[in-house]
This record gives sequence, C-alpha cells and structure tokens, in this order.
Amino acid sequence: MAAGVAAWLPFARAAAIGWMPVANCPMPIAPSDKSRRQDELIILNVSGRRFQTWRTTLDRYPDTLLGSSEKEFFYNEETKEYFFDRDPDVFRSVLNFYRTGKLHYPRYECISAYDEELAFFGIIPEIIGDCCYEEYKDRKRENAERLMDDNDPENSKEGNLPNLNFRETMWRAFENPHTSTMALVFYYVTGFFIAISVITNVVETVPCGIHQNQKDLPCGERYSVAFFCLDTACVMIFTVEYLLRLFAAPSRYRFIRSVMSIIDVVAIMPYYIGLVMTNNEDVSGAFVTLRVFRVFRIFKFSRHSQGLRILGYTLKSCASELGFLLFSLTMAIIIFATVMYYAEKGSSASKFTSIPASFWYTIVTMTTLGYGDMVPKTIAGKIFGSICSLSGVLVIALPVPVIVSNFSRIYHQNQRADKRRAQKVQKARLARIRVSKTGSSNAFLRSKRNGLLNEALELTGSGEEDQHLSKSTSIIESQHHHLLHCLEKTTNHEFVDEQVFEHNCLESGMKNYTSRSPSLDSSHGLTGTCCSRRSKKTTHLPNSSVPATRLRSMQELSAIHIQCGEQQALSTSRSSLNVQSDEALRLNCQSSQITTAIISIPTPPTASPEGSLPQPSSPSQPSAGVNIVKVSAL
Amino acid sequence: MSGCTRRCKLGVVMFARSVHRLVTGTLNKDKAEDELEMTVVCHRPEGLEQLEAQTKFTKRELQILYRGFKNECPSGLVNEDTFKQIYAQFFPHGDASTYAHYLFNAFDSGQNGSVKFEDFVMALSILLRGSIREKLRWTFNLYDLNKDGYINKEEMTDIVRAIYDMMGKYTYPVLRDEAPRQHVDAFFQKMDKNKDGVVTLDEFIASCQEDDNIMQSLQLFENVI
Repeated sequence: MAAGVAAWLPFARAAAIGWMPVANCPMPIAPSDKSRRQDELIILNVSGRRFQTWRTTLDRYPDTLLGSSEKEFFYNEETKEYFFDRDPDVFRSVLNFYRTGKLHYPRYECISAYDEELAFFGIIPEIIGDCCYEEYKDRKRENAERLMDDNDPENSKEGNLPNLNFRETMWRAFENPHTSTMALVFYYVTGFFIAISVITNVVETVPCGIHQNQKDLPCGERYSVAFFCLDTACVMIFTVEYLLRLFAAPSRYRFIRSVMSIIDVVAIMPYYIGLVMTNNEDVSGAFVTLRVFRVFRIFKFSRHSQGLRILGYTLKSCASELGFLLFSLTMAIIIFATVMYYAEKGSSASKFTSIPASFWYTIVTMTTLGYGDMVPKTIAGKIFGSICSLSGVLVIALPVPVIVSNFSRIYHQNQRADKRRAQKVQKARLARIRVSKTGSSNAFLRSKRNGLLNEALELTGSGEEDQHLSKSTSIIESQHHHLLHCLEKTTNHEFVDEQVFEHNCLESGMKNYTSRSPSLDSSHGLTGTCCSRRSKKTTHLPNSSVPATRLRSMQELSAIHIQCGEQQALSTSRSSLNVQSDEALRLNCQSSQITTAIISIPTPPTASPEGSLPQPSSPSQPSAGVNIVKVSAL
Repeated sequence: MSGCTRRCKLGVVMFARSVHRLVTGTLNKDKAEDELEMTVVCHRPEGLEQLEAQTKFTKRELQILYRGFKNECPSGLVNEDTFKQIYAQFFPHGDASTYAHYLFNAFDSGQNGSVKFEDFVMALSILLRGSIREKLRWTFNLYDLNKDGYINKEEMTDIVRAIYDMMGKYTYPVLRDEAPRQHVDAFFQKMDKNKDGVVTLDEFIASCQEDDNIMQSLQLFENVI
C-alpha cells in the first residue's frame, strides 16, 4: 500500500461500516493503537541544517531509516533532535519523499553521491518518480560505462587469458591492435599498404609522359609494369589479411556478412577479375569500370579510424532525416523545374529544352552553386529563378542541424542500442512496480500467517517466543490488515496466494472428478476433505510462506502443528446452509474470542464432517492422545 | 446575395488580418494563450470552529484529518476518479472501483460530483462518533442506490457484488458466481420482515438491532482517529 494515502486509512476503515450489515460473521478485533502518540514535531539536524516534520510523516515508510527505530541511534539527548552527518542538499529530496510520496532526482546532483545517500537512508532508487526516472537511469548508465572504460585497459594489459587458443588470440589481435606488438605491427603494415594502394590509384592517372605523343600519357601506362607490381603486392597483402580474419573469426558466417568484409572483398575483386579476363575488346570497357571499385580500398581505413566509423554510424542513424531531406528536395526540384520550363518556353534559344533538362538548373540554383551554364532570360523566368534560390537555402538548411546534432549526440554517447536497452529497463521497472504491488498483497497474507503463529504461541504460553516471532509491523500496516480481514469476514472468503489458488483449483478439479457421493461420511481417502487436504496443506504452506527460522522455532514447540492460513470449517451462519460440502467450501465463522477456539481433531480416519457441526464455539475439549492440534485463532 | 457578399467581405478581412500577422510574425500566438487559461478550482473549507461545532471531532482531530485530506487533494475537492484511485490502493487484490463509486455517492451529499472536506468530515463524524441509529441510517443510504427509500434485491445484489469484486480472483474458497446471490438471499431473509421484497429503513434498523454480531461490529471502529 502506498503510504502516501495512509492518511486516508481512517476513512477507509470507517467506510467499512458499510459492510457490517451484509456480513454474517463477527468481525475480528481491531488492533489497538498501543502507543497513542500525539502528533509531534521532530527535528532532524542534518549537518547543521534543521528540518522539522511530523512524526507521522516519517512513519509512513517503516522500512526506511527514518521511519523505523533505526533513527533512534542518531538521537541526541541534549538537544532533543536527530543528528545526521550527511549532505543537507540531498536530504531535502529524501525528506520530500516522505512528505509527498514521490522521490525526485535533482539534476545538479552527482549520481554516485545521490545513490550513497539513498542507500544510507534505506530508500530504494527504483521508486523514483516517472518525471525524474529517465534522467536518473541515463546518468547511472553513463557512470557505469565510465567505470567500465576505466577497468577495461587495466584488464587488457594483463595477459590474463592464457587459455585462449591460437584462433582467439588472433581475433583479439585483429580487433584490438594494442594487445600485442605483433598486432600493432600488422595494423600499421596494413594501414601503410592501404595508403600505398590509394596513392597508386591516384598517381596512375596523372599524365607524366612528356613528349612521347601528342597527348600526354598517364603514368599508369608508361610505367605499367611497376604499377602492376605495386598493385599485386597490395592485393596480396589484402588477400592474406582477409583470409586470416576469416580464419580467426568466431562466427564466420557473421563475419562474411559484415560491412567491413564486404568492403575488403570489393576492394580486391577487380584485380582477380582482371587476371582472369583476357584482353578482350568487349569486356575491357567493363574491366575499366571495375577498376573504379579499387577506390573502395579507402574505406578500409575505417577500421583504423574511430571517427570514420562514427560518421558512417551517424549517417545510418539519421536515415530518416536524410530521407526527408532528399524527398523535400526532390519535390522542390520537380516543382521549380516545371515552372522554369514553362516560363522559359517562350524565349528563343533557351537551354531549358525539357523538364528533366531544367532539373540541372534547379539543383544548381537551390544548392546555391550557380554554375551559370543555364540562365533564365525571360522576366518570369528570372522571378521564379530567384524564388527558387531563396527557397533552396531554406529547404537544405532545415534538416542539416538535425543531422549535426545527431552526430554530436552519437559521438558523445556512442551507442544507439541505448534506446532499446532503455525499453527493456522500462519493462523491468514496470515489472518491479507490479511486484511491489503484489508485495503489498503478499504482505497481508504473510502477516495473517504470522498473526496466527503469534496467537497460537500466546495460547500455549510460550511468551518468550513472542518477540522472536512477532514481526514489527507498523500500526498502519496492522490497521490495513485488519481492514482486509473484515472484508474476508464479510464475504466468507479468504485471500490466498496465486500458487495456493492454483493448487486449490487443481484439487477441486480432481475432487469433483473422483467423488461422486457428496455425503459427509465418505470423506476419508479422497482429496477433497478438509482433513486430508489440510494435512497436505501443512506441508505445502509453511515452506513457502514462513521463513526457515520461524519454521525451526515452530518445531521446537513439540506437538503443535500449526496450520498456516487454514481455518477450521465450522458452520454457524445461515448462509452455510446453502453450501454443499462437495464443494468443500470453507467457512471461516468462528467466535472471535481466542480462548474458545482451540479445536482438536482426532486423527484422520474418523470423518470430520465439515458442514454439519452444530455448535461452533463449544469444542474446547482437547481429547487425550491427540498429536495434532489445529489452532484457528480467529 | 447580400449574405454572400457579407461572407466574402468577412473572408477578405480575415485573410488580410492573417497576412498582416504573417508579416509581423505573430501568426500563431493567440491559440497558445487560449489554451493556457485553465480553470483551477480551489475550495477552502469553513472555519475550524464551525466544523468543530457541526461534527463530533475535536480541533486536533480535525487538524489531522484536514492535513491528510489536503495532502491527497490539494485543490480541496475530491472527484470520483481520485476517490477511486485512493480507495483502490487499500485493496490491491481486487477491483475496488464499483464499491468506491457507491461510497462516493454516499459521501457526496450534494450529488454534485465532488466531495468537499465538510462532506468528508460530516460522514466520518457519523461513522465514527454517531449513534447506532445514525450509523445504520448512513449504511441504509449507502445501500439505497437510487435513494428512493427502499432497498430492493437488485440494489443489494449490486452492492454485494461490488464487495465481492474487491476480493479479487485469488480467494479461498474459489469465488463462485452464485455466492453474491446467496449472500443477498440470506440478507433479505433476515432483513425483510414483511416479505414484500424491499427493505425499508425501519425494517433495516430493527433487524440490525436484533443481530448481536452487527451491533458488535458497529462498535469496532470507534477508536479509528
């Protein structure tokens, strides 16, 4: 239960009077507020800054430091205040949590300082309100990454993985050149050869033959042998590198599909195709085109440069903005080209021969290039031309800042999978909230069983076990549980766990199947009777609900077999007359006094009929030799 | 024809105005300002002394009650959704919205859709400090959904079903559909003295006073504040 609405608990309890005439059984006793403290102000002195609040405000969250008795450790007798030697600024948020029920994360606070304060005061960060939760999670993730980055170089320096086999060492060397000298050498060698190859491609086309013919010969044809040798050498190196990477890759299939390997393949393919093909006139044209692909070798540099990779990544992630840019440009181009064509149609010797021909003019104008090879001559053409260039600036300027900001964001954060992980975190958070909600309902079931234990122990007079077993529930919790108890009594049904519910469903299913005659006496061996079912339950429930220590202490009390959550089926009320025993409905009506409710049941075979005991409150005769005492203390 | 020219003139004026706004750069401002004008209704209760006179609470108790009330509803009014939300927090197992709806109607004495602090405190005063007769009358008022002075079986079934809804799905024994109806039948058998199918206020009070359990339970919540 969110303690923020604890103030409305009195109202909810008062409204429970509405159930009373409907209920057929007496209600459980209300928990008495033993320590009827007046609402008093308490002073919290945090490093000199004094905060004051009501005691009941702090009591709303009894499982935190300030709400529990743990704060007594910080009580200062002389000044009659609670002194905490912590940061007063962060304490403000902590105290506001008690006041409003929402925990906020201030942006100016350092994330680790904030986490420490929360841990000190016993508040879990998951309850940060939605307004601040994203910010908190982002900062936390950044911090974690920074820590990870700090740790990584340390780890990688040690040769801490001696049991990597050769293949894995090679792969690590390829991916991380700083791991060993060999890797570094390899890295630089490949980089050098990429540069050589690119420069070779460029220089090949420079005219260096001076006087041989009328036209200058490109160097590639003059020194063709030298260039061929260089090219061969480079391709050798690249091929060897590619094959080595292919060998070392942990998942070859994935490696082949990756972008870098495709670039590698495209870079070396033309050479091999050129080797294979002969000097055939027809295909030499195609062959020349293939040589263009050699320029892709320059992309191999992206393995060596982080910035290039981020640029590529940005372009990939800004695909929508780029797409929008392209689309709007295309629209504008078509519009203006059409307009210019029709405007210039009249003028003689106009270069605007068709609409596609005007595309060139429009593009050059909109990007403010203005080559001047196509110029409008009519007045209308000039007017529309000027509008075109003005709008060009606008259309191009709009998506560009988005791309720029994307780049800077990615450059700083370096991850896009953040958003996907954040979605998982959001799901996890919702799951946690759901768990805490069921936690509150489970708290009631747990305390019910603990309450039974307590009362049972009181009955048997082992008072010293009391403190040991009684859980310190706050007064608000006990009142809330009392309210839920009254609801159970009103409806004659109990709250149970999901597992128990399933169990019951199964059993009742089985039972309906096996038992034909619903008569009371035939209840021995079947699963549906109270007795056998109850005995089954005793093994089931204590393990699941009662923690081990309490179980052990239970067993210390000899011969008391506590049945958690089960109640003796005695019928008193009129409504039970309508209940058939084949359904094995359990009615929880007993007299509310504890002392009269000890019921002893003789050991199983003699049927203990459930629906037909006439007097509910009389059985206080423990029969001798009984080794099972069922205590129902409600 | 004159209407047409009038509309045209209006259109031209609007157009000129929007061109003017376009030129001076104030085109979309009005809309934003319109939306900001929210209505924040705030209600303050009457003074402490008057409330103390009208209810059976002491000043201190009224202070504590008001602080809690104001915390959840800073505007001073509870509307039905907030009420349902608050009430649902106490019953996480099941669905408390139907019963909260009936409760809200019982609290909202003015039937205007919102509960003020005075209504809240008056009802609490009856429930916690009132006489048996007053409590029973409040309860009768709660059950009488259409406020006609009679409780018939349908109203009672609705109420009981709403109560059972609060239990949720995971109950022991398993909740069957006939359970509310059986409950209501038992109730009518007890309460409806002259067997005319409806329960009047007097029958209700008389029957409740005969039943010890109910009498005892009504005393249960007296020390809630």
